[in-house]
Amino acid sequence: MYDIYALARGPLAWGAFIVFFGGIIYRLAAILLEARKKDHVVYAYFSPYYAMRSMLHWIVPFGSRSMRQQPILTTVTFAFHICLIGVPLFLFAHIILFKESFDISWWTLSGMAAQVMTVIVLLSCVYFFVRRIVQPDVRYLSSTADYLILLLVVLPFATGFWAARGWAGFEIATLLHMLSGELLLALIPFTKLSHMFFFPLTRIYAGSEFGAVRNAKDW
Amino acid sequence: MATTEPKANDEPIVLDDAIIEGAEKLSEEDIAQVINDMIRTEGGARFKAYLNTCMSCGYCSGACHYYLSRDKEPRLAPAAKVKQTLGEFVRKKGRVSRETLMRSCEIAFTDCNLCRRCMMYCPFGIDVAFLMLFVRRVCHKLGVVPRYIQDTAHSHSATMNQMWVQEDEWIDTLQWQEDEARDEIPDLRIPLEKEGADVYYSVIGPEPKFRAQLIYQAAVLMHAAGIDWTMTEFPGWDNSDMCMYTGDIEMTARLKKVHFESALRLRSKRIVMGECGHAFRSVYDVGNRFLGWKMPPIEVVHAVAFYDELLAEGRLKIARKFERPVTFHDPCNIVRGQGLHEKARSVVRQSCETFIEMEPNREHNFCCCAGGGVINCGPPYKNKRVKSNRVKAEQLMAAREKGAEVVIAPCHNCHGGLEDIIHHYKIDIEIKFLIDILFECMEK
Ligand code: SF4
Ligand code: SF4
Ligand code: SF4
Repeated sequence: MYDIYALARGPLAWGAFIVFFGGIIYRLAAILLEARKKDHVVYAYFSPYYAMRSMLHWIVPFGSRSMRQQPILTTVTFAFHICLIGVPLFLFAHIILFKESFDISWWTLSGMAAQVMTVIVLLSCVYFFVRRIVQPDVRYLSSTADYLILLLVVLPFATGFWAARGWAGFEIATLLHMLSGELLLALIPFTKLSHMFFFPLTRIYAGSEFGAVRNAKDW
Repeated sequence: MATTEPKANDEPIVLDDAIIEGAEKLSEEDIAQVINDMIRTEGGARFKAYLNTCMSCGYCSGACHYYLSRDKEPRLAPAAKVKQTLGEFVRKKGRVSRETLMRSCEIAFTDCNLCRRCMMYCPFGIDVAFLMLFVRRVCHKLGVVPRYIQDTAHSHSATMNQMWVQEDEWIDTLQWQEDEARDEIPDLRIPLEKEGADVYYSVIGPEPKFRAQLIYQAAVLMHAAGIDWTMTEFPGWDNSDMCMYTGDIEMTARLKKVHFESALRLRSKRIVMGECGHAFRSVYDVGNRFLGWKMPPIEVVHAVAFYDELLAEGRLKIARKFERPVTFHDPCNIVRGQGLHEKARSVVRQSCETFIEMEPNREHNFCCCAGGGVINCGPPYKNKRVKSNRVKAEQLMAAREKGAEVVIAPCHNCHGGLEDIIHHYKIDIEIKFLIDILFECMEK
């Protein structure tokens, strides 16, 4: 048991981070190079001003008409993403690990806040799941991958919550938490979760085309 | 030709015999080869990013008039159109059945107007129109294209215009319109082949064929505003382009080249085009790109912007305003395509007494459901096209209730589409071009 823990804490964690960052760099480089070859328009019409304008409208909650038309989905989506990124990045227990390994640390969330945010992530996933099943168009669009990435996100948060509460079997939960978190990290670049770093790219392009060429809003 | 129309929730059937005939000639190997070649050669960064990034969230569903008008049929959600076509192509590594190919063809050609409204509603800005054009190009390469639109594409390649207009017919039409106009204004001319004119005026193929009065009106307007203008008697006078919509980009490039070059040959200062949406798209942000020009090699001005400019400069004067209350339909290709909505409104406000906005409007306006070559797919799809735009009918009815008696649509396709909608849903509203209004109201 302790061996596996050491493995997850050491080499696997390293591996996950390397695959995560390496994967992102690889996929970004690949797509940017491909655009050089086959999508000249992406560079030709690139406009920093209109790209930023478009990004801002889509990164601010309810900044677009589309978001305003679906208030519940938008609220859940923003709450979900904020917590999803915020908890792992500012969790005290994570910062300790960084402190131990690299002697670096930064601001942390209170335990209570982290738990509430974790619950938000989990409830959001439940909402997304139910919505996928209940709403006919989304149900039609959904493929196995869409359900699997939900599961991929739920696992580390559910086990993390379990471990943090110190419920029975929390040692196992901690281990599962580490493993599933590492799995999630490593898979981000190679699944639909890559929307995390493709979002800026597609938005920059859409914003530039709409703003600089077509003199129109895109929100 | 099969005539029955599938009900919204039935399994769809293929309505166009040319699609069936085309597909029958193909083996699954042929299909796979073309699809895979296309993905390898033309499936670039945007293609991959869009397919990888779509989170199946459904934000785009409510943007599409097809989806909304057909009782939220899931298959008509924009992302669903991608899933049923390219999604299958990629998942099956190109080895799709003829049925899938025929369905993909119908979806890409007749379930999407390439209006790009959904792009504005997707958090990632995924351009479903771009992806549907990719499918159309696959279909084009496989020779599986609806008959009517393919016929217009053939006309383009044979005559460089959309409607099989022969050169003498074209010149005759212009002379005839000039003669008619001279009854009203004796010194009016439609200058042909004049070198060094300020304005090179081009129209779409259907104008000489079906709506010659528009050329008459344009000539009167040019005369009244004292514009130094010309048209060409040679191929190049037609600025329209259905090849852009059948996926035949090579033809698009040829067409646009002829058009640009005839204006450049005459050393005109700029091109002014009649009231057409798709033609503007083909010249302003499609054809020039295929030819390697970042922007058109000569300034291109859409009629709407031209009128606004003439009014602002005082070259065109309104004698008395149009009295009946009007509303305005924003054509996607000049609004989401070049942001001409405010200029259009300025022209409408200057020429009409009462202007009533349709909701939603400007960039958010719903397409007429004729665009993107859908109306050019002809009679087999008319029923579907009209039924698939109930939201437009509702928009029009709401404007009618607020008092609008006339809807102005500065786009040929929109006219065709709106006419059918008005007729089918029995809406008591008349449809006009902007130039109809100006012609009636300006000082001549
Ligand atoms: S018709 Fe317009 S809104 Fe609908 S899928 Fe096509 S581009 Fe998108
Ligand atoms: S809104 Fe965009 S990401 Fe969402 S389903 Fe539609 S195309 Fe996909
Ligand atoms: S016909 Fe008009 S409304 Fe329809 S797609 Fe073209 S420009 Fe848009």
